[in-house]
Amino acid sequence: MNDMTPERNAASAAVWNRPAPPRPPALTPGRLPRGTRLLGPLLVVAIWEAASRLGILSPYTLAAPSTAAATGVQMIADGTLLPHLAASAGRAYAGLFLGVLTGVMLALAAGLTRTGEALLDGLVQVKRAVPTLALIPLVILWLGIGETMKIFLIFTAVLVPVYINTHAALRGIDMGHVELARTLRLTRGEFIRKVALPGALPGFFVSLRLAVTLCWTSLVVLELINTQTGIGYLMNRARDWGQTDIIVVGIFIYAALGLLSDAVVRLLEARALSWRRSIGT
Amino acid sequence: MSRHDFLAAVSTRDLTRAFQGREVLSRVTLDIPRGQFVALLGESGSGKTTLLRALAGLDDDAECSGNYHVPQNVSVLFQDSRLLPWLRVIDNLTLGLRRPDAAAEAQAMLEAVGIADKAQAWPGTLSGGQKQRAALARSLLRSPDLLLADEPFGALDALTRLKMHGLLFRLVERRRPTVVLVTHDVDEALLLADRILVLRDGAIAEDHAVALPHPRRTSHPDFESLRLRLLGSLGVETDLL
Repeated sequence: MNDMTPERNAASAAVWNRPAPPRPPALTPGRLPRGTRLLGPLLVVAIWEAASRLGILSPYTLAAPSTAAATGVQMIADGTLLPHLAASAGRAYAGLFLGVLTGVMLALAAGLTRTGEALLDGLVQVKRAVPTLALIPLVILWLGIGETMKIFLIFTAVLVPVYINTHAALRGIDMGHVELARTLRLTRGEFIRKVALPGALPGFFVSLRLAVTLCWTSLVVLELINTQTGIGYLMNRARDWGQTDIIVVGIFIYAALGLLSDAVVRLLEARALSWRRSIGT
Repeated sequence: MSRHDFLAAVSTRDLTRAFQGREVLSRVTLDIPRGQFVALLGESGSGKTTLLRALAGLDDDAECSGNYHVPQNVSVLFQDSRLLPWLRVIDNLTLGLRRPDAAAEAQAMLEAVGIADKAQAWPGTLSGGQKQRAALARSLLRSPDLLLADEPFGALDALTRLKMHGLLFRLVERRRPTVVLVTHDVDEALLLADRILVLRDGAIAEDHAVALPHPRRTSHPDFESLRLRLLGSLGVETDLL
């Protein structure tokens, strides 16, 4: 039975010659190609460089990125930068390590026990409301003006977001999974290791990303106090002498460290949460 | 039902459960012989899930009275598979098992439910049917004396559901645990169960023995007549069907 008469053929040709119906509008942006996230920062640096070269931006207001880069390279070459970087990194990461460790332990205690929640949660919320800067005078009285004070203040600054995000993740655990654990008669230890901790891991990584940059931002202020080392010290001295290029070097170091730390945490996250990536593939 | 011995595996006496003063289960008294496959039917809010959760001991938030008795070894099969997404399928199966040969048994059980090749997969990559097969395997791996299943196939498509009925029936036949299956699906109950209880307003309103031989056919006249009766009990206007 062939009903493809000439008339029908003509009719179907007419159908296919019409323009295709419009697709529904996309409404959401598509996926960003790799590396395009750097476009914004690069554009700012380019405009900044151009403004400096054209004389719009005086070197006393702000050094050109190229000048700062040259200064940075020279400071690395003559060995003046790395000791300061090492001193800062030592403080920042000591504080980070202690803060993450304590934050996670407090979150576990508060998230998994009622006593812990009753005792700890209010305390951390109070700490959260008090700015780190406001604690400096008191902590100086307690711990002096040496390294201990600096590391302690970074530690307390880092502890808060780690606690809050990890605690929230533990609290937000899927009740279905808790019921399952009960019907499988898991012990408390098994429940924590196999259900609670892996379930809270995404929240923990959010907090870790906040913490790795927070430990550096707290540092600048602290390196104003009684020290001859550190990036913060370097920048403040440069301010006194009007060396905007060194200030820019310091800012670049913070930016680079921030991006690098974030990338490292993302990498760890991707490894630890590889089960997530597979969803939808 | 001569093949069952009549030692009750599950017993309840005046079992009552209330939530915020609202009684959801009212003085349910019930005996289920060992090895019996019981389907609980009822409209939404009739108390069938509450009864199941009471037997599973998962109702800490309820106001309780009455007594119940269940065997030591109980497995629960939930509507959502509740596989932990961060454990591979095989590790989900062996979760909480302390037997040294648990992994080998789990692999064999995955074979029995037809997803042996998914042992090392992440649960997030499985289809709904595969997830429920894994959940069924996890339940049965514990060789339960009582299997409590809360609408285990409710979220599956019609074809997958039919396959799962066959699978569940075959696997249960092997060991004959007592089964309590909560379902909305009258056909599911009629295909699988030895006995169908209809719950209404928190109480057992009807108790039907299903004496049809296996494998059951929907075309069997007794099947059809019981089906219409049950649908009627559940508030479906059967003269329109």
